Amino acid sequence: MKRTETQTPSHLQQGTCAVNIKVNGEEKTLYVQPWVSLLDGLRDHLNLTGTKKGCDHGQCGACTIICDDKRILSCLTLAVMKNGSEITTVEGIAHGEELHPIQQAFIDHDAFQCGYCTPGQLCSAIGLIKEGKANSREEVKELMSGNLCRCGANIGIIDAIMQVKDGGNNE
Amino acid sequence: MDVNKTVGQPISRLEGKLKVTGAAKYAAEYQVENLLHGYVVNSPITKGKIINIDIAKALAIPGVIDVLSHKNRTKLAWFDVQYTDMDAPPGTVFKPLHNENILYNGQPIALVVAEDFETARYASTQITFEFEQEAFETNLQNNTEKGRPAKKGFATALKPPPPPPTGDFDKAYGQAAVKVEAEFKHGTEHHNPIELFATTTVYKGKGKLTIYDKTQGTINNQLYVANIFGLHYKDVRVLAPFVGGGFGAGLRPQYQLFLCVMAALHLKRNVRVVLDRKQMFSFSHRPPAIQKMRFASDINGRMTALGHSVYAETSNFEDYTEPTANWSHKLYPSPNTLFEHNIVPLDVYTPMDMRAPGGSTALHAIECTMDELAHKLKIDPLELRLINYSEMDPSSKKPYTSKALRECYLQAAEKFGWSNRNPEPRATMRGNKLVGYGMATGIWDAFQFPARVEAMITKDGKLVLNNATTDIGTGTLTVMTQIAADELGLSLEEVDFQYGDSKKPFSMFQGGSAITSSTGVAIVVAAKALRKKLLKKAAQMENSPFKNASDEEVIFNGGNLHLKNEPGTYVSLKNIIAFNKGKAIKTTNMGKPHMLKLRKYSLATHSASFVEVEVDQDLGTVTVTRAVTAVAAGKIINPKTAKSQISGSMIWGISKALHEETIMDDHFGKYINTNLGEYHIPVHADIGQLDVIFAEERDELINEIGTKGVGEIGLVGMPAAISNAIFNATGKRIYKLPIHFDELI
Repeated sequence: MKRTETQTPSHLQQGTCAVNIKVNGEEKTLYVQPWVSLLDGLRDHLNLTGTKKGCDHGQCGACTIICDDKRILSCLTLAVMKNGSEITTVEGIAHGEELHPIQQAFIDHDAFQCGYCTPGQLCSAIGLIKEGKANSREEVKELMSGNLCRCGANIGIIDAIMQVKDGGNNE
Repeated sequence: MDVNKTVGQPISRLEGKLKVTGAAKYAAEYQVENLLHGYVVNSPITKGKIINIDIAKALAIPGVIDVLSHKNRTKLAWFDVQYTDMDAPPGTVFKPLHNENILYNGQPIALVVAEDFETARYASTQITFEFEQEAFETNLQNNTEKGRPAKKGFATALKPPPPPPTGDFDKAYGQAAVKVEAEFKHGTEHHNPIELFATTTVYKGKGKLTIYDKTQGTINNQLYVANIFGLHYKDVRVLAPFVGGGFGAGLRPQYQLFLCVMAALHLKRNVRVVLDRKQMFSFSHRPPAIQKMRFASDINGRMTALGHSVYAETSNFEDYTEPTANWSHKLYPSPNTLFEHNIVPLDVYTPMDMRAPGGSTALHAIECTMDELAHKLKIDPLELRLINYSEMDPSSKKPYTSKALRECYLQAAEKFGWSNRNPEPRATMRGNKLVGYGMATGIWDAFQFPARVEAMITKDGKLVLNNATTDIGTGTLTVMTQIAADELGLSLEEVDFQYGDSKKPFSMFQGGSAITSSTGVAIVVAAKALRKKLLKKAAQMENSPFKNASDEEVIFNGGNLHLKNEPGTYVSLKNIIAFNKGKAIKTTNMGKPHMLKLRKYSLATHSASFVEVEVDQDLGTVTVTRAVTAVAAGKIINPKTAKSQISGSMIWGISKALHEETIMDDHFGKYINTNLGEYHIPVHADIGQLDVIFAEERDELINEIGTKGVGEIGLVGMPAAISNAIFNATGKRIYKLPIHFDELI
């Protein structure tokens, strides 16, 4: 397995921590200061900019990723807290060229406009389906409400999730 | 012969895959070498002067490169006009780091540049400022006596002042049989796209810059940067291929662009500046407004007097205005009218266009007043609109190029089940919820800007188009590709529409629901010229069957040029280019509105919104359980993306009516809920069933493609329809937005 290591600016060598994480199936080592969020670690240090920064304090959901099978807000997580963790970001959802069913459903239902909240919505949706708590449309809406969409693509988003959740038989 | 048309088909967004895989890159996401990070420091005071800045402590932090402020900024353009932009209101444009004066709370006063983001952010807290504070005014209600009409300027063309009075309003209103007087209040709103405003400037040396910017106008910002920093405009390239929402906030260059470019030029380095969410409240907003309505009718419901006076906030340096009092008389005939739009200068940043500026504010007041009038008259609210329906525009006395509002009313009412409405307020229950129905009309402009498009057929027979417009999520890439594909008889895969780049031919900023008509028409004009060129070239080929063929005698289909009467006789576009020695055949053309012809007409889109609300009897909480909006906006190029535009703006209507408002603390002159936890926008759980209808509206006058734009019209009617439904549910009229549960208990 390829291992990627990141560079640290010279003035920050002291106090830098090595964080080993598996991201989208690849082993990576991040050398970051302890105050670097997982979100900034992914975006600025690993160039995984698919994960978005919308508020940087846990209010919009754009930075949602899947960490050890749970959906989490990467902006409220320090990178050093996740040493040894396995992470999936929006870049790792598809199988090569083949889109994950939720990605295809988002395209089919026009579940985005500007596309900026989309990676967070997708990761959140995958986490939600895995949790298995949401049964009805109302429950899906409630448990997806941590992910804001300013374009107002809400109906398409929920339609897409309902379709995938019920194995494509819902719509 | 059969030509497959893509216009009118519900095509999925062509950039969809890039957006669902995280491959779409936004302004802050370009990795460039040796990148420096800037963090903005904002003024904690509202008005006064910076007396002193101590940056020593910040500069001593390892990794900090520099701190820029008005004391050490680079030399800049001298004249105010050089700072102006295509959307600047009349006045003196705000110039960041210009001098020691503080004009508003949150004004950028310094930029810390460091080798990494965290260090820049930390160092920003280690700068000490000394200020001299002055008294300020930020409260609209307390300052209406300062209200005055806005100065006229470049922006007046798009936002005309209200028409002069007609008849004798005071007499007619005084003697009217039935009248309603009401005062409506709206709070401040901030655009808050989810993408933070950001700029990445790549310093290329010799005065050359490549700038990835969050903007709705690449050329607007290119000219702004070139003018201010004294660069040749050809050396400044602004790129915005993906924009994470704009809603108007990107119509003017924002201060992170200015600061990022200044730092890059000053340090001769690549620099990125990203605002944080709190800073997203420190530039541009929808202004708060107070609207005084006086409407009167005869006993049969025919309007006899329309009075609409508006007081709206602006800054102390620019006269921002929006069309508000202009709308009622475009809908309803009335012999006596009196309209005023006054602006009240306060110590805030200049307001700015925010989705359906003016229209969404005004139509709330107009359509709630109509509802109250209908209630007084004991006439069904829809019936009152139909009694006052006008085929022509009563305010200009010109016919509309098209107006299918009646169809909107009837189709939406039918789909909604309006005939089941109980006119008696507070009379319908569902469990412990009060149920109410409300409706309202929407009207919005149908703008078209001049635009230039380069169109070419390449050696592989593909059509490549270039235009500087952005696609802020409206579906521009997809609809332009559809229009172009049909023009040349190609499939969508054979068309490559390239955009989001100031180097490409001219486009205005993406606002006013105008781009489909603007760039779309330019594509049609360019395609026509391109077809002519292709035919001319084909006619020169050896033994060409096209030698004497006119434009009307040929057809482009399936990548070939055919004789219309002998479809079996054709030449492929690829072969035409091969005959041209493999060189692309290209043309660049301007599309522009037919001003002379259109002067005789009024231009507008229309809508009708019908809403059901449930109001909790005990808690006063409001749920919009379902809504139907029918829209008449000319031809719909792509019903899928257009529907998303309308349902998205209906959700904006729900937000305006029930959720969003920026609260000003007038003691400090600052906004206090500057985050997405306290600035409420609807979440998934707030959204019920929304239906969108596009009423058939053929418009052969308005432009070459018959489009009017769908970006804003879906928002305009919704706030009033919700307020009216709340009245029907509870018997309470709330004359302000947003409506809160405590006002309904």
